[in-house]
Amino acid sequence: MNDVLKIGSYEFSSRLIVGTGKYPSMEVMQAAHAASGADMVTVAIRRINLDDASGKTMLDFIDRAKMRILPNTAGCYTAKDALLTAQLARELLETDLIKLEVIGDPDTLHPDARETLYAAEKLVNDGFTVLPYIGDDPVVCKQLEELGCAAVMPLAAPIGSGLGVCNPYTIRIIKERAKVPVIVDAGVGTASDAAIAMELGVDALLMNTGIAAARDPVMMAEAMKHAVIAGRHAYRAGRMEKRLYANASSPMRDLISTKAT
Amino acid sequence: MKAAVNGQERELPDGITVAQLLDLLGAPQSGIAVARNERVVRRAEYASSEVCDGDTIEIIKAVAGG
Repeated sequence: MNDVLKIGSYEFSSRLIVGTGKYPSMEVMQAAHAASGADMVTVAIRRINLDDASGKTMLDFIDRAKMRILPNTAGCYTAKDALLTAQLARELLETDLIKLEVIGDPDTLHPDARETLYAAEKLVNDGFTVLPYIGDDPVVCKQLEELGCAAVMPLAAPIGSGLGVCNPYTIRIIKERAKVPVIVDAGVGTASDAAIAMELGVDALLMNTGIAAARDPVMMAEAMKHAVIAGRHAYRAGRMEKRLYANASSPMRDLISTKAT
Repeated sequence: MKAAVNGQERELPDGITVAQLLDLLGAPQSGIAVARNERVVRRAEYASSEVCDGDTIEIIKAVAGG
């Protein structure tokens, strides 16, 4: 079935994007990545440790032949920091892809819309393929699209919360009005959350803690793979109409009757 | 001369290049990226780019994150 995900000039066969944080070990992460079927993985950017500058980096644990890397600006609280982080990530990874994340509040990790919009415009003008993490706000999502972002990434629930899609109605509105892919980022906790998000019609999911913090991350990665495919198929197939009362599936005529006449 | 490397003030030899700084720190030249005064230093420029007194240097790598 030809159902390719297109983001900017890039194409992906999987609609699941995975993270690299919070895994119990690099070996478990690698196995989970393989089980997820994902072909894009996000990494964060940080200063090297000057006391031990040698050693492996996250790039040593990602199969770049199979997975495209999506660097992110996680941890940035200003557009200025996000811009420098994005530029360093582009030099490091030789990619114009950037998951733009500018946080506005340490407790909810909700994005700062003003800083995100400002940084998005600068990055688009600088030639980046920009995927901004943003609140589930249809107006801000539209503004990001109009600035030239290649996708929008509204949250389903706060980062790392595992609460699932808290506001399916706004996610649906964002998707109905968007001309760029809508990727639900953050908040998916288990397979049913992933299926529900995909059934709303969104184009893809980005998931980190939902897999990494499961008791068995590798098995959960596989569950998420199936859930994303199931949700996508269900959306494309078009669900039946809901009705309040029963509607028998078997014929109501020619019924056997032992009633005495 | 002094420069701030990843937020730490460091005494460095005059005229040190970015490539020499990476050597001094024991950092590999791959798997990292460098900014000098908030501008990216391209890999090809490590050997020719000099660190000056008062510079701010950032050396980064990819780490785990979502």
